[in-house]
Amino acid sequence: MNKLLLIIRREFIAKVRNKTFIIMTLLSPLLMIGMIVLVALLTKSSIEKKSTIAYVDESGFFLDNELKASNTINFENLTSVGLDQAKIIVSESTQEGLLFIPNKENINEVAKNVQFYSNDSPGMVTISELESIIEKKLQNEKMIQLNIDLQMLEKSSVNVDINLLNFSGEKSSKLINGVKIGLGMGAGYMIMIFIIVYGAMVMRSVIEEKTSRIIEVIISSVRPFQLMLGKIFGMAAAGLTQFFIWGILLFIGLIISSFVFGLDLSGNLNTTQIPAEQMEVLSQSKGQFILLEIFNLPLFSMFVLFIMYFLFGYLLYSSIYASIGAAVDNETDSQQFMLPVLMPLMIAVYVGFATVINDPHGNIATIFSMIPFTSPIVMLMRIPFGVPWWEILISLLILFITFLGVVWIAAKIYRVGILMYGKKVNYKEIYKWLKY
Amino acid sequence: MYFIKFPMKNLLEAENVVKNFGKFKALDKVSMQVPKESIFGLLGPNGAGKTTLLRIINQITLPDEGVVLFDGKMLQPDDVQYIGYLPEERGLYKRMKVGEQAMYLAQLKGLSKVDAKKRIDYWFDRFEIGAWWNKKVEELSKGMAQKLQFIITVLHEPKLLIFDEPFSGFDPINANLIKDEILNLKEKGSTIIFSTHRMESVEELCEHIVLLNKASKVLEGKLVDIKKQFKTNTYEVGLSIPNKNKLLKDLKARFVVTPANFKSLEDDLKLNIKLQSKESSTDLIKYLNTKADINHYVEVIPSVNDIFIQAVNQNE
Repeated sequence: MNKLLLIIRREFIAKVRNKTFIIMTLLSPLLMIGMIVLVALLTKSSIEKKSTIAYVDESGFFLDNELKASNTINFENLTSVGLDQAKIIVSESTQEGLLFIPNKENINEVAKNVQFYSNDSPGMVTISELESIIEKKLQNEKMIQLNIDLQMLEKSSVNVDINLLNFSGEKSSKLINGVKIGLGMGAGYMIMIFIIVYGAMVMRSVIEEKTSRIIEVIISSVRPFQLMLGKIFGMAAAGLTQFFIWGILLFIGLIISSFVFGLDLSGNLNTTQIPAEQMEVLSQSKGQFILLEIFNLPLFSMFVLFIMYFLFGYLLYSSIYASIGAAVDNETDSQQFMLPVLMPLMIAVYVGFATVINDPHGNIATIFSMIPFTSPIVMLMRIPFGVPWWEILISLLILFITFLGVVWIAAKIYRVGILMYGKKVNYKEIYKWLKY
Repeated sequence: MYFIKFPMKNLLEAENVVKNFGKFKALDKVSMQVPKESIFGLLGPNGAGKTTLLRIINQITLPDEGVVLFDGKMLQPDDVQYIGYLPEERGLYKRMKVGEQAMYLAQLKGLSKVDAKKRIDYWFDRFEIGAWWNKKVEELSKGMAQKLQFIITVLHEPKLLIFDEPFSGFDPINANLIKDEILNLKEKGSTIIFSTHRMESVEELCEHIVLLNKASKVLEGKLVDIKKQFKTNTYEVGLSIPNKNKLLKDLKARFVVTPANFKSLEDDLKLNIKLQSKESSTDLIKYLNTKADINHYVEVIPSVNDIFIQAVNQNE
């Protein structure tokens, strides 16, 4: 058998048989499903839970129970007992807090002097909801003062909902934009995590060969380059196996849990507000609609590109990790070399989060999806929004050429490093090795 | 090409091998010939360049200048299957099972799965370690692991075997076992390069030696020839006589005499007597015979240890 294949097989088996690997492979989907179920349950219960807020209205604007209960807040009118008494009552009850609307000479002054008393700081959501309720009421009052006909105003209101289409005429929606962002971010983030996790595994495996002193035995039979490549590929195979198992487990798990708990899991995906008309269109089920939209995306090519960017990105970074592993004697010493490896990955994720959402085809996003050290992450985030095929091709080509260059340098460092013991290595030293 | 086509006398030849690590010179124009089916000792103090030379022979490192010929041809990447190397820094995958590990390393040397299994079984039987097959290496003692490493080195029946400090870590019984196996392999036609600090094993095993010091070769040749070259025409004698002081005075007048130290049953006068180059052993015996009873008479042959120290010191 080919020596490279032998090495790949050994590395793969050594990884896959490892107890931690097996446990993580089986446990991670359970943890993920658990998280999703937990989040779903919590959101459900927090929606059902209403907080009660007492109020004292001295201005008289809210006298006839104008503060109506909203989705999340119930109101209790304590105006009759007065502010001081109300404070005592509320502080001893389970009510969330006390809203005080003072009596002032004009509406503007009232608006400025509304107060909220509570034991604990109230949530942002509660406060902004209170603000909007009061604002609306005071606005109405003002409009009445200014002799504006409220009914006319209401009639004049127009609700614009832009329909998104691409040039081939396929309809899109704002909802699907959210889904695209979610998918892109998820894919990019996953690639970062996997590059770091599997790269570190490659590094640890190299260090292990070095500390167990088997390295010299092995490289008297195979070339160091073969050993390094075999290790990287073997680990990639283990990673892909893990993906595959997770995919299946996650799928099965989601189906089972949605049956068992009867949860509308898809409901959580949707945080954007859907206009009423659209709601009618999706009256059957929001979940079905999202699924339909996802299936409308070029899923197959997205999957293929995900695998390609994962593989090339992983190959690029893991060869750097391998050379770091060769240069040091133990994992602690590797810290000083970690920052330059993690930095571009971090930058890629932040650039992705910051620019792709607003402007997926802007200059910054485009440039970073070409730079090979960030392209696997940034490009993947852009892909759901539709990237011209030639851009993807160029970016992949740059990535591949860089990989060849990096692996060539990494192999040189690796070759010298694996035979060096007990030497504190720095960048200057490594630079010298390149010339050995 | 001037390479000779008929069967070579030497299995391995290094010609003017130079290796630099940055500004540090590890090997400076080192040449050596390793005759077929011999045991060849590669000696030298720490840092002399032995390991670097062995790594070049194993194609782990490439020389900056010079060539290495294997069986008369330039050393090829494929030649690794004809070479077995037991490095000084040796280890095994700790979490791999003994049998799997042997299979893996044997296949890396180019053996087929079937051949590998057959030969591993043979060697495991021979060393009586068949029961270890499914044990993890981390469960083995150091000596056990050393045995396994030895087996892995010789498994593919290489033409050239290279042992770097093979006996370190072995108890005397196992060291003897390994020594016998090495001699056995030599009988079967393997050529053996042997790098060690243990001069007694060099004395016992090696026919040829090369001595490196500070990246250069300082000594080379057949061990007997080298010993002849280093011998000083000195004889160790044990003389039985009542008046020792008188005799010592007489001898000191004629020869260069130093006290000697050896075991004897009698209360002898023990001396090393160095002769002038024109004088012969017969002259000494004749002279001594007239003065005292000779209980002990032997030529002082320099040990490898002495030669080593002397050659290195001269080179300093």
